[in-house]
Order: sequence, then C-alpha cells, then structure tokens
Amino acid sequence: MSQIILYTIITLVAIGSAAAIILYFVAQRFKVYEDPRIDEVEEALPAANCGGCGFPGCRNFAETLVKSESWEDLFCPVGGNDTMAKAASLLGREAIEQAPKVAVVRCNGTPEFRPRTNEYDGAPTCAIAHSLYTGEAGCPHGCLGCGDCVAACTFDAIHMDPLTELPVVVDDKCTACGACVDACPRDIIELRKKNKKDRKIFVSCINEEKGGIAKKYCSVTCTGCTKCFKVCPYEAITMENNLAFIDSEKCKLCRKCVPECPTNAILEINFPPKKEKKEPAEAEVSE
Amino acid sequence: MNKFIVSPSPHAYTDESIPKLMYGVIISLLPALGVSVWFFGIGMIVVTSVSIASCILFEYLIQRYMMKVKPSHLDGSALLTGLLLAFCLPANLPFWMVMIGALAAVGIGKMTFGGLGNNIFNPALVGRVFLFISFPVAMTAWPEVGQWMKYTDAVTGATPLGILKEGLAYNTVGEIMPGLPSYLHLLTGKMMGSSGEISALALLLGMLYMMYRKIISWHIPVSILGTVAIFTGILWLANPDRFADPLFHLLSGGLLLGAIYMATDYVTSPMTGKGMIIYGIGIGVVTVLIRIFGAYPEGVQFAILIFNGFTPLINKFVKPRRFGKEVSHG
Amino acid sequence: MSLKTFSRGGVHPPEHKLSSGLAIEELALPETVVIPVSQHLGAPAKVLVNRGDQVKIGQLIAQSEGFVSTNIHSSVSGKVLKVDKFMDSSGYKKMAVQIQVEGEVWEENIDRTDDLVKNTVLKSEAIRKKILEAGIVGLGGATFPSHVKLMVPKGKTAEYLIINGVECEPYLTADHALMMEKTDEVFAGIQVLMKGLGVEKAIVGIENNKPDAIKKMKEVANGTAIQVQGLKVKYPQGGEKQLVQALLKREVPSGGLPIDVGVVVFNVGTALAAYEAVNKNRPLIDRVVTVTGKSLEKPSNFLVRIGTPISLLVEKAGGLPDDTAKVINGGPMMGKALSTLDVPVVKGSSGILLIQEGEARRKEMQTCIRCTKCVGVCPMGLEPYLLMTLSEKSLFERMETEKVMDCIECGSCSYTCPSARPLLDYIRLGKAEVGKIMRARKAV
Repeated sequence: MSQIILYTIITLVAIGSAAAIILYFVAQRFKVYEDPRIDEVEEALPAANCGGCGFPGCRNFAETLVKSESWEDLFCPVGGNDTMAKAASLLGREAIEQAPKVAVVRCNGTPEFRPRTNEYDGAPTCAIAHSLYTGEAGCPHGCLGCGDCVAACTFDAIHMDPLTELPVVVDDKCTACGACVDACPRDIIELRKKNKKDRKIFVSCINEEKGGIAKKYCSVTCTGCTKCFKVCPYEAITMENNLAFIDSEKCKLCRKCVPECPTNAILEINFPPKKEKKEPAEAEVSE
Repeated sequence: MNKFIVSPSPHAYTDESIPKLMYGVIISLLPALGVSVWFFGIGMIVVTSVSIASCILFEYLIQRYMMKVKPSHLDGSALLTGLLLAFCLPANLPFWMVMIGALAAVGIGKMTFGGLGNNIFNPALVGRVFLFISFPVAMTAWPEVGQWMKYTDAVTGATPLGILKEGLAYNTVGEIMPGLPSYLHLLTGKMMGSSGEISALALLLGMLYMMYRKIISWHIPVSILGTVAIFTGILWLANPDRFADPLFHLLSGGLLLGAIYMATDYVTSPMTGKGMIIYGIGIGVVTVLIRIFGAYPEGVQFAILIFNGFTPLINKFVKPRRFGKEVSHG
Repeated sequence: MSLKTFSRGGVHPPEHKLSSGLAIEELALPETVVIPVSQHLGAPAKVLVNRGDQVKIGQLIAQSEGFVSTNIHSSVSGKVLKVDKFMDSSGYKKMAVQIQVEGEVWEENIDRTDDLVKNTVLKSEAIRKKILEAGIVGLGGATFPSHVKLMVPKGKTAEYLIINGVECEPYLTADHALMMEKTDEVFAGIQVLMKGLGVEKAIVGIENNKPDAIKKMKEVANGTAIQVQGLKVKYPQGGEKQLVQALLKREVPSGGLPIDVGVVVFNVGTALAAYEAVNKNRPLIDRVVTVTGKSLEKPSNFLVRIGTPISLLVEKAGGLPDDTAKVINGGPMMGKALSTLDVPVVKGSSGILLIQEGEARRKEMQTCIRCTKCVGVCPMGLEPYLLMTLSEKSLFERMETEKVMDCIECGSCSYTCPSARPLLDYIRLGKAEVGKIMRARKAV
C-alpha cells in the first residue's frame, strides 16, 4: 500500500513541477511590460469604475494619467482634488485643482404646479417617453419622471420622490460623474459648483418657450421676464431664448434674485429662512 | 375633458398570456394523468398533489422572503413544474422525497437563475435528476400497475428498459422480448415506469392538443423521435440480437414524456426552428448512446439537460433567415 | 383567382372594418386650419407667407427645401393668422401656418370639374415636376416625397410599378372607399405614375377582405397592362417589402429599397393625388380620412381639407364617446396615440381611431418566457426578444449586427407577446441610437 502512496506522491510532484517550470517560461516569453507606476496610480484611485472621468474604468484612467503629457482635461470627479493630488505626487507632477461639483435637477414641475393632462402607458423609461411626445403634462422640456437618471447612477445618489414625481439628488453621495446628465433625454440635470453647506441657487426650469405659452402648462416656469437678470449685482445671470441662467461660478449666493421671480422659478436650497413680505420660494430640504 | 392614454404603437394585443399557455399544457397532460391514476391509484394521487403543492409553496416562499419580489407562484408555471416532476417519479416515492425534489426543481432549477424565463435547465428534470442521484434505490423501484390502494408499500419491479439492459448481459434480444410488455401495453400504459411516462397514447394525444393550440411546434418532438428511430433502427438492422427494435425504443422509458413535454419547455429550448432541430437531433443521439452504451437503462433525462446547456450557444449561432439577405427573382 | 401572400411571419388582428362600404362624405370646412410645414419625410418646407396675407385654395404657402422635400399648399382661402409652432401628431409643437377660413376662393388654374381627364401628353420629367409642385407625398402614411421616388437612381432600372391597395391595418377603410368611388381616377393616376416612372407594367395589390374593390378595379383594368392581384388577409401585407415579395417573389435587400429589385411602390391614394396633380392641376390639399371606433356613433370616411382639426372630424362622426380612453392617428398597429384632439389632419393622416376604456390599457409586463412567438411573427426575420434585451442594456452596436435597422415597426411582435412586453418600444429606441451611430460613422 505504501508503495502506491509513494508512487502517487512522486508522480504528482513530478507533474506539478513540470507544469510550474513550463508556466514560468511561458510567462516570461509572453510577458507584457507595463509601467509599474500604473499600478501605483490605480491604487490611489477610488476604484468605482464609474466612467465619470470619461475613461472605461479606473485602470484605464491610471494608464492615461501616466502616459499623458498634459493633465488638462483629466479629472476624477469621484476622488476629487485629494485623489488627483495623490496621483500627482506619485508621478512627480502638479495636479490642477478643480472646484467640486454636484448634480442639480432643474425642473420643479410637480403635479401641483404642472398638472398631468394625460396618462403615459408605454415602457417606463424617459428615453422612450421623450421620443413619443411632450409628456404627461405637456411641457416639452419638463421632467418625464420615469427615472432614467436613477437607473444610471452607480452611487445611489439620486432617487425619485413619489409625491413630487421628480428626481432628488443626495448631495453627500453625488460625485458629479455625469451619468445622470447623459441619461436624461431632456438635459434637465446640470453639474453645478458645489457650495458650502450644499447651498444652491438655480433656475429650476429649462423651458425655452415664450412665457405665455409655458405658463399654460406649468405655474413655476421661467417666463424670461428678466427681473432676476436686472437685480443681480454680480452679473451672474444671463438671458437666452426666454430662459434665465445663473452661472454657478459667478453666483455669490446673495439671494437677491429669488424673491424677484414672479413664478418662483428660482430655488434657494439649504438657506436659513429670510424674513420677507412675499412668500419665500419653495425651499427643498435635501435628504 | 377626457384624460387620454398615450403609449407607443401597437395599440392592439392578442389575449394570449403566460397562464393561458401554462394551463394549455396542463390540460394536454390530463389524459396522461388519468391513465397514471388508473394504473397507480393512490400512490400517484399522493405524489402528484405533494409535488404540485410543494412547487407552488416553495416558489412563493423563495420569491417573497429570499428574492423579495412580487410572488408569481399562481401563474401556472410552478403548477406545471410540479405536475411534470410528479410524472418523472415512481408513484411509490415517499412524500418527503417528493418535497425535496420539488425544492431542488424550483429552488435550484429555477429560482437561483432568477425565476421564470431565466433558467438554463429544465426545472422538473433538475429535480428528477437530483432525486435520482440522491436516492438511487427509491428512484429505481417502480410499482407494478394495478395496486390502487398501495403507496409506499407497493410491490415493485423494473421497467422494460431496465429488464432489457440487465438481460442483454446473458441473453439475446429475441429471448428477452417475450418477457416484456407487448407493444399494445407499451402504447396504452400497462407497464412499469415513472408515473407519467407509461402511456404513449395519452402523451401523443396531449402533443396533438398542444400543436392544435399552437403551444408547441413539431420541430422538437419530431426531431428527437426521428433521430432515436433512425439511430436505433440502424443498430437493430446491424445486429437484431443485441439491439431492440426502434418501435420498442420509442414506446418505452421516458422518451415520449421527455420529447413532448420536457424538451419543449419554452425557456430552455432554442428560439428558431433550425435551432430546435439541431437540439432535437442532439438529444436523440445522446439518449440512444446512454441507453445502449451507457451505464443507465434510460438516458433521456440526461440528454435533455445536456442540450439545455447548449441552447444559449445554439441561439447565438443559429439565427432566423433574415428578410432580404439574398435577392431572389420569381 | 388564387390569392398570394408574403411568406414570413405576420399576424391576424381582428379587422373591425366598421366604416367599410360607407360613401365618402365631404367634411364641412372648419373655422381655422393649421397647416404644418413638415408633413413629409425630409427637410421641412420654407414658409413663404406672413401674418395678415390673404391666401387662396391651392396657393403655395411653403416651398420645398432641398432634394428630399416638397411643397405645402393652402387647403382653404382666407387670412393667415399666425406662422408659429403648433401641436401636431408628432407629439411636439412644430412650425405651421394658421389660416382663418374665409369663403372658397380657388387658384385659377385648377380644373375643378368632374370630367375624367385621361391622357396626358406630358413626358416623365414634366410629370415628376408637376408632382413635386403639387406637393404629393406617399399617402399610405410614410409621406415620402413622391417625385423623388419616381426618379430612378443611376445604375438601377424600374421594371414594375406596384400600387398598394392593401390597407392591412384594422379599422381603416379610406383606400377601400377610394377604389370603389374613384376607380377611374385612381386608374388614370396609375397610368400617370407609370409614365412618370417609365415602366410598362403595373400590379395593384388588394387584400381579399375587399372583394368588391378587387372586382371593380379588375373591370377597369381589363385589357390594359395593369394587373390586379388579390392577396390573403394577413398583417402587415401592406408593408412595401412584404407586398413586393408577395406579388413578385422578390425580396428587397437589407438596407435597400424596392428599386433595388426593379420595383417602385405607391399607395392608391397617392395614385389619385398624382392624377389630380398632373391632369387637373390640383395640388394636394385634401384626403380621405376614416374616423372610427367601437363606441363611435357614426364611423365615417370623410374627405377632409389638410389642416382641419381632428376635433371637428370626431364631432361630425357623432361626438367623442364618453368612454374614449385613447385617440389614435392611424390604425391600431402603427398609429400614433395623441394627447389631445387639437391637432390638424395632415397628408399622412389615414384615419382617426377612438379606443374605449376596456381596450386601451396595456397589460402588466412579465418576464420573457422565450416562447419564440415574436420570432415566428416577425416579417423581417428578426428576433424581437433579443433586440429588446440589448436595447434595455444599451448594447446598440450589437443591435446593429442583429439587423435592427431592418425592422419595419409593424408591431406584430408586441401584439403577439404573451408576457405583454413592450418589444417595439425598445426596438424603436435602439433604431434611433443605431441611426445616430451610423450617421456619426459616415461623418468621419
């Protein structure tokens, strides 16, 4: 019996050793040289593989960082400035600081403000509803409420609110990777500068129709009346195609524009309530 | 003002539905069920009811508590799995074994893959094979027909295929045949075997009903049975002493049940006519190989499971003929 | 007579030809019309009129822009109220001319008599020019500019003209009514198209649920080079590729057009419009529209001026039934659901269908059970279940390999699916995305 065991052990050891030697030579023969720094940089990246940088996966981005001459358009929105600085130090380079951003949903067309005049019964994706018609409320620019943005988010940072039928961004989780921006067929979501205490001031409307027409389906539309534009002390507001736009880089959060808007289209988020004669604009409290 | 409904075209639909299809198959199985109850009595009733109830229960429990989705246990597919599983089992199988089989069928064969529509292997066959490997003695002791009031205490024996395989070690086919049920008995069901596979006539009736209702097409049953007939025919012509004739092979064992009900399961069979024929031929070949050259007397269950595994590959490479690929002038 | 049919796929939705046999009624003029400047495939026409202008019936109000485009004419006489964006059956607001109807003043050169003007001495090129000037487009619903279809590209030859009198959509009966009441004019139109195309042979395909139309057309065509062929009732027989395959056993190649197999297909309504344009100098300003629905009091075939609001058609057909849940512009298989009745009839509007509560809603979607029914009914040999899954996962390049661009959007797959899966919704999405990819590739 012990002879069998001995022979078995010898045979298996021989096969194992032979395989190991063959594999070693094959590995050497077909070895691909990779810059070891790519591994180091990849370690520094957040490993979310979300595509927010514009590259397919963190490893690919690490490779690009190592091989690129200029880092001008290269930024990891998930890791942010800390990650870029770490990667830069590994490669002996300078990282360009970028202001952090957050996704903002620029539509406030709840069923109360924007009544639904028909019922959509097609496949529950915004892309299909958008290609079919203006939507359940008639506004050709308004949120369709099917949640393509929610499905696109890999960070669990955006959810549909069943009461308002609008998406709500969870600021703490949002990495501004841009997936929801690409997913929205109406381009309602915008990446805006992230301020202290997650404060935001923005025009919650992207409708470019004339005011009289837009008001027919939504009471909180931007009518392009220019009242906000006239009152802004920092020239942060521009008017184009019957629509006001607040540049988040220029805006100093002074809130002068908010009470000016006759349709309450400008929203101020996460501010303490002002003492005003008029009703303050709808202040959504983020989750 | 009317609030209109807006959706993309088309705006008309047939009244076909999953329950309609499932219940159509169940109706087509009623003749075979009737014959089984007639020949196996109370044992069949117990095994069938336990199987169906367990399958439906396990599907509900797994969907509700493990997968946390809306339970679809009443759509007819669990019932059908339970019925088909019962048909693959001997009518004297203890109820607790039936329940384990049901758990394997629904839990392993269907739910682990994601539920209806996502499984690769036929759930009833997964349950059957699981039991076969785990309890080989209980699964190969078939009750003799006519013992209506006996359940686990029924007198048992071997199937015609089993007798043939064992007998071939010592005798020729010609010597064994008189000891086996006649063709008439094979056709009508007076033979030993799993509860649902015995009556060829009842199963064929069921097949005709399903084809009339457009639930299945001819491709799979015809290609499986045709392949078995041709393959065994060649062998039998070459050496009638060692190989039984094609008619015997077609009527005995689980071949008809497998070809008509198991292999034609929507989810696990190919999506094109050409693919179905390839699939059927493959099953036929492997069935005969196992029957003749393999260790088991019956091979159709393994053959079907093997080709279930090939179905995704068949679907990938066998595409329907596209309109307009070749320009033909009439 | 033996009936022909196409060989792959197809379904049999219940026909419900409620308005079959009803005479064409001329609909009263509305108070205002809204005439969109894009009622056709290709570039929208360029508006020529301004607010306040007076226009006559048949006057050119928007001009063809580019090769694939056509003209738009006023269907009424009166004052131009607005040139602005109005809601139309596309689901979005599009540029249109709104005209207040005043009187019935026609353009002088239009022949308004009922005389049948049979022969035309015009050559092919002149015919094509007149068809472009008259703004004729495919009235079967595709609205492709007809003069472009009549121009045979270099390297290809036209052998047959095929006239589509199939009307395979359930409920619709406009083409049937035309073939019964305007048989001679349709026939003359076919001859005009034959000359415009430069062919000697023509076949008219008619489904066998219209035996009276087959008989009448055969009588008129007797002894001429125009054949009339009955077809088995099967949807989508009216799809041009299926029609060519059924009549001539030729399959239009994938990504190609019927001219690739020597054939050009026109709808019977287009043939009539071609007759009126070339022989009577009458531009396309009206068309027959079927208004129908199970709850509708008076299903009808109306002769309607382009730009008439659909609400007027419904009113004249007995009013909107209380249980109406869906309004479809077109037939139940390929028509477009509307969110309001305030949209105008356009050149491609073949019918208005009102669907009641019980039949309007989709069933809840289930998982795909791989029953292969969708593969079996697809007339183009595609695999809808696979295309939907690929579209859901945004695998658009693979969809192109799986020939999604061959899909004719007939809806047979969604119609048949026992799991009520919205197959065509996702396939259409995939087609749009693949179209974008293909255009981006060409631009490189």
